[in-house]
Amino acid sequence: MSTAVADVHEVPVESRVNYLNASYGIKSWLFTTDHKRIALLYLASITFMFFVGGTAAVLMRIHLIEPQGALVQPETYNKLFSIHGIVMVFFFLVPSIPATLGNFLVPMMIGARDLAFPKLNLLSWYIYITGAIFTLYAVVSGGVDTGWTFYTPFSSLYSQTHVIATALGVFITGFSSILTGLNFVVTIHKMRAPGMTWFRLPLFIWAMYATSVIFILGTPVVAIAMFLVGLERLLHVGIFDPAVGGDPLLFQHLFWFYSHPAVYIMILPAMGVISELVTCFAKKRIFGYSIVAFSSMAIAVISFLVWGHHMFVTGQSVYAGLIFSVLSFLVAIPSAIKVFNWTSTLYKGSISYEAPMLYALGFIGLFTMGGLTGLFLASLATDVHLSGTYFIVAHFHYIMVGGAVMGYLGGVHFWWPKITGRLYPDAWARFAALVVFVGFNLTFFPQFMLGYLGMPRRYAVYPEEFQVLNVMSSAGASILGVGYLIPLIYLIWSMRYGPAAGPNPWGARGLEWETPSPPPTENFEEIPVVTEEAYNYTGARQTLG
Amino acid sequence: MARIFLDAGGRCLASALAPIPLRPPAASTIAEGVDRLHFTLTGITLFFTVVIFSTIFFFMIKYRRQSDDEVPPEIEKNVPLEILWTAIPTLICVVLFFWAASLYIRNARPPDASTEIFVVGKQWMWHLQHPEGVREINELHVPVGVPIKLTMTSEDVIHDFYVPAFRVKKDVLPGRYTSLWFQATKTGTYHIFCGQYCGADHAQMIGWVYVMEPSDYAAWLSGGASHESMAQAGERLFTQLGCVTCHVTDNTGRGPSLVGLYGKPEKLRNGETRLVDEALIRQAIVFPNSVILPNYPPVMPTFQGQINEEQVLQLIAYVKSLGVQERTAK
Amino acid sequence: MADTAQTAHSPALVHQFETKEQQHDAGSLGMWVFLATEIMFFGGVFMSYIVYRALHLEAFIQGSHFLDVTFGATNTAVLICSSLTMALAINAAQTGKSKSTIITFLGLTMLLGAAFLFIKFAFEWTHDWTEGLVPGLHFTYSGPHAPGVELFFCFYFFMTGLHALHMVIGLGILATLTVMAYRGRFNSDYYAPLEVSGLYWHFVDIVWIFLFPLLYLIGGRYGGGH
Repeated sequence: MSTAVADVHEVPVESRVNYLNASYGIKSWLFTTDHKRIALLYLASITFMFFVGGTAAVLMRIHLIEPQGALVQPETYNKLFSIHGIVMVFFFLVPSIPATLGNFLVPMMIGARDLAFPKLNLLSWYIYITGAIFTLYAVVSGGVDTGWTFYTPFSSLYSQTHVIATALGVFITGFSSILTGLNFVVTIHKMRAPGMTWFRLPLFIWAMYATSVIFILGTPVVAIAMFLVGLERLLHVGIFDPAVGGDPLLFQHLFWFYSHPAVYIMILPAMGVISELVTCFAKKRIFGYSIVAFSSMAIAVISFLVWGHHMFVTGQSVYAGLIFSVLSFLVAIPSAIKVFNWTSTLYKGSISYEAPMLYALGFIGLFTMGGLTGLFLASLATDVHLSGTYFIVAHFHYIMVGGAVMGYLGGVHFWWPKITGRLYPDAWARFAALVVFVGFNLTFFPQFMLGYLGMPRRYAVYPEEFQVLNVMSSAGASILGVGYLIPLIYLIWSMRYGPAAGPNPWGARGLEWETPSPPPTENFEEIPVVTEEAYNYTGARQTLG
Repeated sequence: MARIFLDAGGRCLASALAPIPLRPPAASTIAEGVDRLHFTLTGITLFFTVVIFSTIFFFMIKYRRQSDDEVPPEIEKNVPLEILWTAIPTLICVVLFFWAASLYIRNARPPDASTEIFVVGKQWMWHLQHPEGVREINELHVPVGVPIKLTMTSEDVIHDFYVPAFRVKKDVLPGRYTSLWFQATKTGTYHIFCGQYCGADHAQMIGWVYVMEPSDYAAWLSGGASHESMAQAGERLFTQLGCVTCHVTDNTGRGPSLVGLYGKPEKLRNGETRLVDEALIRQAIVFPNSVILPNYPPVMPTFQGQINEEQVLQLIAYVKSLGVQERTAK
Repeated sequence: MADTAQTAHSPALVHQFETKEQQHDAGSLGMWVFLATEIMFFGGVFMSYIVYRALHLEAFIQGSHFLDVTFGATNTAVLICSSLTMALAINAAQTGKSKSTIITFLGLTMLLGAAFLFIKFAFEWTHDWTEGLVPGLHFTYSGPHAPGVELFFCFYFFMTGLHALHMVIGLGILATLTVMAYRGRFNSDYYAPLEVSGLYWHFVDIVWIFLFPLLYLIGGRYGGGH
C-alpha cells in the first residue's frame, strides 16, 4: 500500500472527523488542550518568529557587503545582530522541534491519547506568547543591543536599550520550555502503550527525553541570570559591577551553564528526526539502536560539564581551561558515533530521495563539518585565536542551520501529511532543499576563512581586505532566504490544494503512521499493543491493534 | 542598492583574480605552531566531511530503490565496528587535546625577562603606556624579538585585546588585570581588534601594532618630548593624592612603608596570606579595608572614582620601583 | 477501558490516562520533576551567593550580623511545624479521617505559613527598611565594607523574597485544597492533590532550612539576636 502518490479511492480529508475539523472557531483553538492543535499553535508562532529573526539576518548581510557598512548606523547594526540572536535562539530554535513536532508526535509515537498534562501544555504556549510579546515590544520600540549573550557589565550598566523588556521576555519564555520538558518526561515515563518498552521506543522519543532533561535542569539557571541582570538595571544595585565588589564573570558562568546545554536542546531533537528519516527512506532498521539511544543521553549529561569553553580567553585559570577542554572533546564522541550509525543505516538499504531524505542526508554531512569545527574550539591553543571571530559564527551556524534547521525542515516535510492530511509537491520540495543546501554553504563557509584571518564577530564595519569573503557570504544569504520562502509557499498551498495523503504515504513504521491522516482527536480508537521492535522495516509486516 | 552591489561586485572581481589568503601574517613565535595545529584540524575536518559525504553519495546511488517491494537485509549492529569508530575518534581527540594544551600552557606564562606594557581599554579606544612613560592611543610600538607582556584592564565594560598576526587574545575586564604576552618575529604593521562586543563603536575600537627593529624602537621611544616614566608619574600622584602622608618610608606613619613590599607574600589582618602584585595594590587603592596589614588600623580611604585606571597603573609602577629596595619592618 | 467501579467515588479519570494509578503516578512524577527545576532555580541563586560570600567574607559577616537570629530561628520552627501539620493532613485523608480533620490540619498549615510571612514582612523586612538596609530603594549603611554589605542584602532580599513568593503560592494552593476538602473530594482512595502539594510545601520548607544558616548564621555566631 505504501506509495508516495495518493490513492484516489482514499476518503477525502474533509468528510472524516479528525482533530482539525472536530470543532471550529477561534475559541476551540485558543482553549484547546489537544496536543496536536497546540503543536500547530506553536508552529504558527515559531514560523513568525523565524521570519522576524530572518529579516534581521537579511538586513545584516546586506549591510556587510560594504566594509564601511551599506545599510545602517553601527548602533542599529548592533541591535540587528542582538535581535537576530535572541529571537532565533530563544524563540525559534529552542522550541522548534520539541514544541511543534514533539508536541504532536510524542503521545502518538508511544501510543497515548495526549500528553500527561494537556492544560499545562496549553499554558506553556501562552507563556511562550507572553515572552514573545515582551521581546517583540522591545524590538519595535527601539531594540536591544547587548547581543543574545547579555554580557555584564555592558547589559547591566551601560546599554541604553530595552534590556529589561528583553530579559523579561527570555525569562518568561524559559518557563514555557520547562513545562514542555516536564510534560515530556512524565509522559514518556508513565504513558507508554502496553508492550512499548524503553528499547522499543522510536529514537525521536529518546531524543525528546534527553532534550527534556536539559530543559528541566538548565533553563532555571538562565532564568536566574536574566533576573539578576534585570534587577541590577532596575534597582541600580551592583551585582555584576566590579566597582562595588560584583563580578561580571559570574554572569557568564550562570549564562553559559544553561546556554551550552541549550545548544544541545537545539540539536538533539534534530538528531532524533534524522533517525526517523534515515530509517524510513532507506527502509532499514537503525544501525546500533541502543548506542544511538545512549548517545543522546550521554550528550545531555556531558553537555552540562563543558560551559567553560566559552570562557577560555576571559582570564580563567589554565587548570579550568584544561578541564573544560577535555570535557568538550568528550562531548564530541557520542555525536560522532551517531553520524557513523546513521551512515551505516544506509548500507544495503533501499534508498529513495524524497525531500525529507534530502534534508536528512544534508544534515549528516553538514553536522559532521559543523561538529568537527567544534574541535578547533575545544582545542585551547586554536580557540585563543578563533574566539570572538567569524569562525565561531560559522561553526554554530553549521550546526544550528545546516544541522538543526535542516532537521526541522526534514521533519516538517516528513510528518506534514500526517499533520495536515495533505501531500505537498515533492519536486518543489526537493528543489527547495537543494537551494537551501547551496545557499547555506555559500553563506557560511567563507565565514570560517574570515574567522581565521582575524575578522571579529559583531563588527558593523570591517577592514577592506575582508570584503570579498563578506560579499560571498551575503550572496549565499540571499539564496538561502529564497530557499526558506519556497516551502512556506507550497506548504501553505498544500493545506488547501494538496492531494489527500492517506495514513502512511511514505510506508513508514511507527504508531503515528497507523492512524488516519489527519488523526482523530483521541489519536487511537483503541490503545495499541506493541509487539515489535522499532523500525521494523525488514521483518514481515505486522498489523497492529 | 544597485550602486552598492555594483561597487562591491566590481571590487570583488578585481580581488578574485588575486588569491584569498588562508591565514593572517604569522608574526610571532607561537603563530606557526598554532597554524600547524589549525591546518591539521582543517585536514581532519575536510577528510571526515568528504568521507561521510562521499559514503552517503555512494550509498545513495548504489542502494537506490529499484522496486517498491524490495526488502533490505537486517543489519542491526556490529559491536566491533562500533568500538572501532568510538576508539578512533577518541584517540584523535586525545592527541589533539594534548597538542593544543601543551601549546596553550607554553604560551600561558610570559618569560621572566618580558618588557611590560600597560593597556587600558575603554569605550571605544585603547590607551597604552610604556614603562618609560610614552603613551599611545590605538597603537602599540614594540621591538622585534623581545618578549612583551601586556597587563590590561578596562575602565568600563569587558573588552578584548586581539592581535590576529600574533595569534594572541585576552579579555580585558573592569576591576581586575588580565595579561597576555607575545614575541614578535617579523617587523611590520599588524591589526589590533577589540574582540569582545562592547557597545556602539566596538568595530571602531581597532588599531595597529608596529613591530620595529630594536634600534628603531629605541629611537622612537626616546624621540619626541621627554616623558616622565610611569614610576615617576606614580610618584607624583603618590604625593598629590596624599598617600605619602600615611605611607612614610621609615614606618613612622599611620600606614605601612611600601618600600620592599612588592612581589613578596604578606600576611593580612584577616589572616590570609596574599602575594603583593598588581591586583593586590589595585585592591588596596580601591577597596583598602579588605587588604589591611596586621597591626594597622583599617582607616585608609578609598580612591575609587578619584583616579582612573591609567593612574592606578602608574601608582603601581611606583610601588614596584620601591619594591626592589630593602624592607624595614615596623 | 478503565474499570468504572474504580472511578465510582473518585473524580473522573481524565481522558489521557487509562487508569487511576497511572494518573496518580504521573501527577507524583510531575511534581518531583518540577521540584528538580526548582532546585536548579534556587541553586543558581545559592551558587551566586556562595561565590560572593567567598569573595567578600568579612562584608557578608558584617551584613549577616544585621539579621535577627531570633526571628530567623522562630521562622524555622514555624515552617517545620507547618510541614508536620501538612503531613498530618495527608495522613488524615489517607487513613480515612473526617473532612473536618483534614481541613483543620490544612488550616493549621496555612496559619503557620501566614505566621512565617508575617514575621518576615512585618518584623524583619520592615526593620531592615527603617534601618536603611534595602539596596536600590533605601540603603544608607556607610560603615566598613559598605559595598559588600549592600551586595549581601541584595542576595538576602532576592533569596528570601523568592522563597516568600513560593510560600505565597503555597498558601494559594493550600486554600484551594481546603475548598476541595470542604467539598468532600478527598478520601482514602483519592488524595493525590494533597500528596503532591505536600511535596511542594516540604520543598519550600527545605529551601528555608538552607537559607537560614547561609544568611543568618555565618561568621560563627551562636544565636541571640543582635
